[in-house]
Amino acid sequence: MRGNRGRIKRPDDGATGRHKRRSRRVRLLELAHARSGDKGDTANVGLIALKPEYYPVLVKQVTAARVTRHFKGMINGPVERYELPNLHALNFLLHGALDGGGTISLKTDAQGKVFSTALLRLEVDLAK
Amino acid sequence: MTRSRGRQTVRIAGGQGFWGDWLEAPYRQVTAGPVDYLMMDYLAEVTMSILQKQKSRDSSLGFAKDFVPLMERLLPILVERHIRVTSNAGGVNPRACAQAVAALAHRLGFGGKLRIGVVTGDDLLARLDGLLARGHELRNLDTGRPLSDVRDRVLSANAYLGAWPVVDALRRGADVVVTGRVTDTGLTLAPMIHAFDWRPDAWDLLAAGTVAGHTIECGAQCSGGNCLKDWQTIPDLANVGYPIVEAAPDGTFEITKHPGTGGRIDVAGVTEQLVYEMGNPAEYITPDCIADFTTIRLTQAGKDRVRFSGIKGRPATDTLKVSVAYFYGYKAVGTLVYAWPDAYKKAQAADRVLRQRLAALGLKFEAVLTEFVGADATHGPLARASAPLDDLPEVQLRIGVRSPDKAPVERFTREIAPLILNGPPSVTGFAGGRPKPEEIVAYWPALLDKRMVEPCVEIVDA
Repeated sequence: MRGNRGRIKRPDDGATGRHKRRSRRVRLLELAHARSGDKGDTANVGLIALKPEYYPVLVKQVTAARVTRHFKGMINGPVERYELPNLHALNFLLHGALDGGGTISLKTDAQGKVFSTALLRLEVDLAK
Repeated sequence: MTRSRGRQTVRIAGGQGFWGDWLEAPYRQVTAGPVDYLMMDYLAEVTMSILQKQKSRDSSLGFAKDFVPLMERLLPILVERHIRVTSNAGGVNPRACAQAVAALAHRLGFGGKLRIGVVTGDDLLARLDGLLARGHELRNLDTGRPLSDVRDRVLSANAYLGAWPVVDALRRGADVVVTGRVTDTGLTLAPMIHAFDWRPDAWDLLAAGTVAGHTIECGAQCSGGNCLKDWQTIPDLANVGYPIVEAAPDGTFEITKHPGTGGRIDVAGVTEQLVYEMGNPAEYITPDCIADFTTIRLTQAGKDRVRFSGIKGRPATDTLKVSVAYFYGYKAVGTLVYAWPDAYKKAQAADRVLRQRLAALGLKFEAVLTEFVGADATHGPLARASAPLDDLPEVQLRIGVRSPDKAPVERFTREIAPLILNGPPSVTGFAGGRPKPEEIVAYWPALLDKRMVEPCVEIVDA
């Protein structure tokens, strides 16, 4: 359940090495639902598999490093990931996502409410 | 207590998820079916500073004023049905809140029939200098800075109290418990501790009650509201049913809602609420315990009924979270709407013109943020990468500025309207007039040794 810091580069984040004939590229929207919220300048995104069999796909491919790259230009801090296998869910903390957060923020989404669906734009490989 | 599942259970209804939530919800919760407790959460992080400001102007204010007219509507039902209330509507002045409810009860003819519990001791504002002098630095949990950095700008400071003072009030017969800064989860956990006589070190049970509290603390967010999964098929949100915890003495519980109400309670929707505003799921820290959300087992136990079991907890920490609000500066946000054709390009051009003018005026800001609503305001570069933005019917230019000083923000607010006549064409949507500079009250989370905080419980008879 330890958070893995997004800044740590890993040689293989699961997104590469796909076999074109055996898998298809899908948006997370097809595999998961999500809800997000705030804690100060940090947005959290809870990512929940729509079916239990999708959960390992999320664990393998939706790494902290991958999410950090996905939100490039939108957050200025690291990404932490936590696993909730009991709920088939991952929890991401996106630090420095909210322009100071709460009342300080000038953003429309000052409380990080729709980082959830922004994460669902990410594409992963799903075995056919 | 009801015996709806063939054994002793207690039913706790969530009535308000925040101050400003649906006014009909608490009324429906106490009239549409049997409940034992009504829990209402009013306090967000910066609410305390707003209330502190009201109290400084008038010492009889400083609590959630809406609570009193709501109680006027509910009291006859609460008394008749023996439903007890736990609420943090007391804000920074729980005694005044309790007195207002007592006066109301008296006026409604419930004198002698209603006991009001008051929980205080959370307010640290008057004690702040003493605490700092004794070496409690109240460092910002996010930035690590000591509170002395902003001491002269502090507007409110409150420790989060847990369930136990609320339990004390219930044990002393309170029908309505009004508190200051008690945790949202504590307001739900307290009736369970009281009903089942849970021990202070029964960590698994306390964790279970805490998870129940987290599940219902945002009102309908666990019963179909703001639910992404299958949102188009969630029935009758116009009459959405707010959640009810049906708790058992062994720490298992079910989340349900009154029959005939709208919304949906299923494992997927409840899971969305469980991960909402979640940090490390294995360490959900409250004043009462540490709840481990990775141990929760959810099963669909019937229509609109989700069963929770297996929850594990660990001993509480020896600190309390403190929420400090302090004056930060000023901000303002201006908007204009640009229409087809080239709506996005026109809005971008207007933004360039405006920024050039702000620079020419020599105005200094801590931040200037431009968003194009309809194009990239919420999903930023992800939206720009995936959607065609050259043929949008309209785009709202939304530009905000922030500064420690009021003057540049004030000047900025006068630079929006001129663009209507002297900037790019096809612009509208300015009926709201010139934006107003807004004071920013910011939030400073910190920790404090628990021994420094002494909760106080009083009973007021109506």
